[in-house]
Amino acid sequence: MTELCDLTFAEARKALAAKEFSAVELNKAYLEAMEAARGLNAYVLETPEIALERAAESDARIARGEAGALEGLPLGVKDLYCTEGVRTTACSKILGDFTPPYESHVTSLMRSAGAVMLGKLNNDEFAMGSSNETSAFGTPVNPWRRKGSDAKLVAGGSSGGSSAAVAARICLGATATDTGGSIRQPAAFTGTVGVKPTYGRCSRWGIVAFASSLDQAGPIARDVRDAAILMGSMAGYDKRDSTSVDTPVPDYEAAVGRSVKGLRIGVPKEYRVDGMPAEIEKLWSQGAEQLKAAGAEIVEVSLPHTKYALPAYYIVAPAEASSNLARYDGVRYGARVAGRDITEMYENTRAAGFGSEVRRRIMIGAYVLSAGYYDAYYVRAQKVRTLIKQDFETVFAAGVDAILTPATPSAAFGVGEMANASPVEMYLNDVFTVTVNMAGLPGVSVPAGLSAEGLPLALQLIGRPFDEETLFATAAVIEDANGRFTADRWW
Amino acid sequence: MNAPSKIPASSKLIAGATGDWEIVIGLEIHAQVTSEAKLFSGSSTGFGASPNSHVSLVDAAMPGMLPVLNHECVRQAIRTGLGVKAQINLTSTFDRKNYFYPDLPQGYQISQYKSPIVGEGVVIVDMGEGEQISVGIERIHLEQDAGKSIHDQDPRLSFVDLNRSGVALMEIVSKPDMRSSDEAKAYVTKLRTILRYIGSCDGDMDKGNLRADVNVSVRKPGAPFGTRCEIKNVNSIRFIGQAIETEARRQIEILEDGGAIDQETRLFDPVKGETRAMRSKEEAHDYRYFPDPDLLPLVVEQSEVDELAAGLPELPDDKKARFIRDYGVTPYDAMVLTLERESADFFEQVAKRGDPKTAANWVINELFGRLNKDGTPITESPVSAAQLGGLVKLVADGTISGKIAKDLFEILWTEGGDPRELVESRGLKQVTDTGAIEKVVDEVIAANPDKVEQAKAKPTLAGWFVGQVMKASGGKANPQAVNDILKRKLGI
Repeated sequence: MTELCDLTFAEARKALAAKEFSAVELNKAYLEAMEAARGLNAYVLETPEIALERAAESDARIARGEAGALEGLPLGVKDLYCTEGVRTTACSKILGDFTPPYESHVTSLMRSAGAVMLGKLNNDEFAMGSSNETSAFGTPVNPWRRKGSDAKLVAGGSSGGSSAAVAARICLGATATDTGGSIRQPAAFTGTVGVKPTYGRCSRWGIVAFASSLDQAGPIARDVRDAAILMGSMAGYDKRDSTSVDTPVPDYEAAVGRSVKGLRIGVPKEYRVDGMPAEIEKLWSQGAEQLKAAGAEIVEVSLPHTKYALPAYYIVAPAEASSNLARYDGVRYGARVAGRDITEMYENTRAAGFGSEVRRRIMIGAYVLSAGYYDAYYVRAQKVRTLIKQDFETVFAAGVDAILTPATPSAAFGVGEMANASPVEMYLNDVFTVTVNMAGLPGVSVPAGLSAEGLPLALQLIGRPFDEETLFATAAVIEDANGRFTADRWW
Repeated sequence: MNAPSKIPASSKLIAGATGDWEIVIGLEIHAQVTSEAKLFSGSSTGFGASPNSHVSLVDAAMPGMLPVLNHECVRQAIRTGLGVKAQINLTSTFDRKNYFYPDLPQGYQISQYKSPIVGEGVVIVDMGEGEQISVGIERIHLEQDAGKSIHDQDPRLSFVDLNRSGVALMEIVSKPDMRSSDEAKAYVTKLRTILRYIGSCDGDMDKGNLRADVNVSVRKPGAPFGTRCEIKNVNSIRFIGQAIETEARRQIEILEDGGAIDQETRLFDPVKGETRAMRSKEEAHDYRYFPDPDLLPLVVEQSEVDELAAGLPELPDDKKARFIRDYGVTPYDAMVLTLERESADFFEQVAKRGDPKTAANWVINELFGRLNKDGTPITESPVSAAQLGGLVKLVADGTISGKIAKDLFEILWTEGGDPRELVESRGLKQVTDTGAIEKVVDEVIAANPDKVEQAKAKPTLAGWFVGQVMKASGGKANPQAVNDILKRKLGI
């Protein structure tokens, strides 16, 4: 049945409509594939009963001619999304067996569109990490391996479970979240397509918060078209999220295959960082050539404050996180470790419940917000953020339609390889992606080739606010020019 | 407003061993906003419900829950700002105040730290005998209330009730413009009156819907401000006064002993009559304020402010001025009558039917006195404004005497009925027929020859005769007529 799992959703959708197979059959194939792929550790919770029940409902709707946009889609859900009646932990011990009595807005929309939940996907604890190695459930394994090596590689982070599952064909699409690159970097590491929408495009309601002003929900999918289809059902205004924006959701899928003729694509010189591998450099110029060949105009642009983005990000994000994670105190839900008094209970609970990276960021966050340091760190970081935003505004105002950059500075690295590296080295993974979050812009990561070691490499396209359509159109050009990249099954 | 050049009235100073001291007081009033729902969630704000029954997912800070501003609370804060003649800030922001406590589920309180919705304003406070002080308002901001920790239910555990968690409060911060406990009490009373007029807070201190943090310092008159202490969470006007007096004396004692005041947070214990240190400046929390990223800046249109201003009721100061002007009542009576909007309305209904000055007398002395004694609110007064108005009219046109009027009031209070009909049916009309009065006077004089002799020698004894005549006439005789006739007959 694995051939069912090799179809994209666009292909499966056609077959489901033609009744070539049922949604139950499709989802059963995925449940079997999941079982065979448990060694990848992509899922932290499988929900086969829910999957089969919802798949049967999908079949009934298809039979009645009432199929939704995602009808029957075997979906993996990042464990950061609250799912009604299904354990949700953000891959942290502190949430214990927390089972929310509510469903996140985004997954509610997807379910209404007919998506079928297969289970909950691994992620870095509270989405803090770039390799998914901070998860309380262990690290998911990248379905890709270096040529001639069976060393386990990371699937990126924080949405490593989502990227691994999509690349391993053990879900057809996955929800993910992106605070500094957590959708785009894992997608880049696994040959999948990841979309970080404009801030405010998807509701954050019901998604465990990391850094509220940066977090956005988005999909990881097999190809650009599938990503566009998923986005169409994830986006939308929600009055329960005050930062959600009430603007119509366009037909994203229609943008896939749209001509890019006459579009101006900016190539920012500041992204040519020191020590950038030659193959990344080559991938980038090749992508520019491909867009040019499709009729786009390539222009060099300048985003002068780029180099300050990463340090500023690592002030703003931990600051918000230190406050957002205060609610995990052992009082109302999740894990509690007793103490002699309330203060000791807090200390015991949070020491036992949070992993080291989360603790580090809470401490950084508390520090940069504390009296006497607030102006020097938090306020300055916010000023930098404004400048980064202005950089992009200037470029877009000059008529640039989208910006092309590498997605990551390298291909996927080995599990444990960065164990002895300083946290800052790990943070460098986000160097090309954080600017997009800081500016609240949409960004897409699209596979564009393989490294010398045979690992996927990706390019990033950054768009104007709420112009995801141009990103789908341009990403589709890159995808068409380079083909799709699929990991061979070895697991 | 803070200029130390203001010469304090010596009556407000506290005499110490080293001379007189002046108290400087500033108040932060926490007023619960009258609204159906909480500040950032749809939960009810009802009081007295069983614990944790008015708690939404947002109030309990479940993972992934987000605050959504209840605009009705914003409108109430703006109305309040307009009520104290304050600047309304069209753009304001919400910040997070971070600290850990079990009754604070989010681990932070959403408040307005940097940019409050209401800026500077002023409250005029009557101190009696024509003296007025003006107390500056520094700011009013919106914030969430915390839940309630309950420590006395279990020897080992504490319980938490989140019904109050997330309820909207207005923090009304005054400038340090008060110089005595009386001024502070009068300010809180006045502010409470304004809030109740506007309907933005019910001012119910018993339910904790209005409570004060009291900042107290002392100084020698004319000297710069001293170091202040903050007394937290004082929940009655009487206790505010006591806390200030107690704290000021404590500070004076320390200073006169050559000590210095530590800036700290204190608690007032009304049972022991003392304030106790809660935490010092060094132990003060670092609240790590920062803008709440879940909420956009609060932007209000000037047109909405204008609309709210147009819809405000007549405020106490304006009403008082109008009562003095239109009804000719004294400033003191006008102040008393306008303390509560309902009382003022009642008075106007009475005044419409009879002489306003008589009406003011009856409302303040008879009606308020009786209501206070019975603990009955004016809205439930057994005597209606129409009835009291009828009574006042009967007094004013001389149909009944003041003494009879009191009896009539008693009948109205206990039995009800129409005043004019009661006067008719029970024969309470004042006797102005001089012939009838003369007859009674003659009888009294004839019965008391010895007193007549004494009265001729000492005319003040005529009062005794008046009393006897009134008694004999069942209180119905016109007192003026009795007086005149008696004087004539006794020849004094």
